[in-house]
Amino acid sequence: MSNRIHIKQGRVLDPASNTDAITDLFIAQGKIVAIGSPTPDFQADQTIDARGLVVSPGFIDLSCHLREPGQSQKGDINSETKAAVASGITRICCPPDTSPAIDTAAVATLIQDKVAAAGHCKVSLLGAMTQGLKGKQLSEMYTLKEAGCIGISNGWQPFANNQTLQRCLEYAHTFDLVYFSKPLDSSLAGNGCVHEGPAATRLGLPVVPTVAETVAVSRDILLAEHVGIRIHFCQLSSARAVKLVADAQRAGLPVTADVSAHQLRFTDECLYGYESLYHLRPPLRSFDDLDGLKTGIKNGTVAALCSDHQPHEPAAKMAPFPATAPGISALETLLPLALTLVTEGTLSLMALIEKLSLAPAKILGVDEGRICVGGPADLCIFDPDKQWVLSADSMVSKGKNSPLLGQTLTGQVQHTLVDGRLCFST
Amino acid sequence: MAQEILQPFSPKANALQTSNQLQLNQQGRLRHFLSIHGLSKNLLTEILDTADSFVSVGNKAVKNVPLLRGKTIANLFFENSTRTRTTFELAAKRLSADVLNINISTSATSKGESLKDMLQNLEAMACDMFIVRHADSGAADFIAQHVCPNIAVINAGDGSHEHPTQAMLDMLTIRHHKHSFENLKVAIIGDILHSRVARSDILALNTLGAKEVRVIAPNTLLPHDAESLKVNVFRNLESGLEDVDVIITLRLQKERMHSALLPSEQEFYKLYGLKRAVLHRAKPDALIMHPGPMNRGVEIESEVADGSQSVILDQVHFGVAVRMAILSMAMSGQTTALKT
Repeated sequence: MSNRIHIKQGRVLDPASNTDAITDLFIAQGKIVAIGSPTPDFQADQTIDARGLVVSPGFIDLSCHLREPGQSQKGDINSETKAAVASGITRICCPPDTSPAIDTAAVATLIQDKVAAAGHCKVSLLGAMTQGLKGKQLSEMYTLKEAGCIGISNGWQPFANNQTLQRCLEYAHTFDLVYFSKPLDSSLAGNGCVHEGPAATRLGLPVVPTVAETVAVSRDILLAEHVGIRIHFCQLSSARAVKLVADAQRAGLPVTADVSAHQLRFTDECLYGYESLYHLRPPLRSFDDLDGLKTGIKNGTVAALCSDHQPHEPAAKMAPFPATAPGISALETLLPLALTLVTEGTLSLMALIEKLSLAPAKILGVDEGRICVGGPADLCIFDPDKQWVLSADSMVSKGKNSPLLGQTLTGQVQHTLVDGRLCFST
Repeated sequence: MAQEILQPFSPKANALQTSNQLQLNQQGRLRHFLSIHGLSKNLLTEILDTADSFVSVGNKAVKNVPLLRGKTIANLFFENSTRTRTTFELAAKRLSADVLNINISTSATSKGESLKDMLQNLEAMACDMFIVRHADSGAADFIAQHVCPNIAVINAGDGSHEHPTQAMLDMLTIRHHKHSFENLKVAIIGDILHSRVARSDILALNTLGAKEVRVIAPNTLLPHDAESLKVNVFRNLESGLEDVDVIITLRLQKERMHSALLPSEQEFYKLYGLKRAVLHRAKPDALIMHPGPMNRGVEIESEVADGSQSVILDQVHFGVAVRMAILSMAMSGQTTALKT
């Protein structure tokens, strides 16, 4: 077991210190012990030649569905955390909608134990705000926090009424838990599955209108302001919602947001042909929405980019469009999709890496996402120009449900280190 | 320049191509009949011409022609329907095919069998054609994509998407009475939002060159961007009917009242019911059509439904001929596709 690693001549990009330099990193006991020249007694057990590669803080994914417990036909903790490190991700945040939900310490502990046993990446858990995510009875949030949950969420599930939500927020705020909101007004969303726009009108598909998101964002901002709790919006899909978040931030409220990488690449035009791989929640929206999300990414309203990884078994997508399960198996395309933001000039490579590492680390409240002496050696080493073809056979995730299968993608992870362990190499 | 390369990713170019790839063979002939969307004026006209040649079959003493002898056609109705299923059955039998009626609401999928498994079972029974009605938009496309390649799929209505054979029988009825489409103004009244008939009719009328297609409905029964369907939108019945040549009233589903889209049948009738009192706004020889089954006193007044301008029973009559045309054309296009 080598634990002293010398990463040689990589382009080290660290948003925290604004470092962009070709240099060497020296790793021992899970930490970065030196940058540039080694500590006097450093003897490398292993050397990684990083010439021509980018060395960045390990990516931190704010939304990755592990599917275990309860839905291991779609994915399990071992398969999905392995896929995470193959994607340069060193920490994932797991939403509470497992089956059973993460509403007891037992489930939280089970997941953490299994993640540790799998030995791939690290995990942060979101606890269920209500028992069984049913939106009625408060969950034991203090116990969940003790068991390791860093925030609370009710997933896509609605609350019985606004008062219940308010009380959940008040109780959560007692213990300094962050509210992770997936904003969706369930009555406005109804049985909808696509954006309200020309594609839905042509195809006759039931809609999730933009107001289903914006009404929920407004409600959550107002209640969070009233209660004083910090709120993080997960996977915004509409330009209007980004504006609401920007307004709240301007007013000084502790509000952050993320978007998924595929929302910045696809629009509802993809729906023609009823390809169920484009069935997402929140749905793919219009070009103007995509543009608004990119503006938010660019000006900082949207702090982080995530994968919103939702693996499925083939049968879940093998039905008429409205009857299929929403979601993309998205871990392994996170980097290439994100890099298109750099290619097209929306973000600098440094800004992109911040959105994939330092910013989500701050949202989760973990001291990661930076490359510094004494800091954890969580690193992603990638080739930003490498072209490769995504295939079901080469995907590590159990879920092969990606609309990018067969596409040539640019940018590939070469090595991933978690706490100084080389967890993945191509 | 980089901006140009990285336009948002849109798969397989456009909608037109997607539906055509599926329903046409390499020679551009029908091999499935899934949607009006993507079909050319020539092809729609050919369907109407073929249907015309079948209209007389029903009047003969021996009503059968042997075009589909030895073929097995399965009627797969995942949603209840009497009229559509019966006219398809009649059309298939007049073409001398064997017909299998499968009522699926009481069958396999309700026992948890997946749609794909069920289709594979029917494939194994060597069916040649599936006629499909399903509550989900896109179900017919899905089935056409996943059945084995020698089976032709006919869409008999999928969710709120399309009901292309209904549109073609509507077009045959209109052409029979008006002879051409070029100068026609057509108004469609009612639940445009949920209506697959409206979508297919609008596409067919626009493709065949109608002068103007209008939709008339309150905002709750219109898609958010109805104009994207290439129609003029009217919220007022009287102004919408002004000077039109054809009026198509749609069936109003009772459940629209429960889902807070309308206050009551009475108010809908008052505002949008086709009544003698408003008919004078349209041309004196305007055709009155309805896909059935009718709610008299909700979307249409009895006297109007039974009046001299009504061609509602013609629609039913032409329905058999149109379906004979489509079944025979799709079967022949499917056979050609397999040979090549």
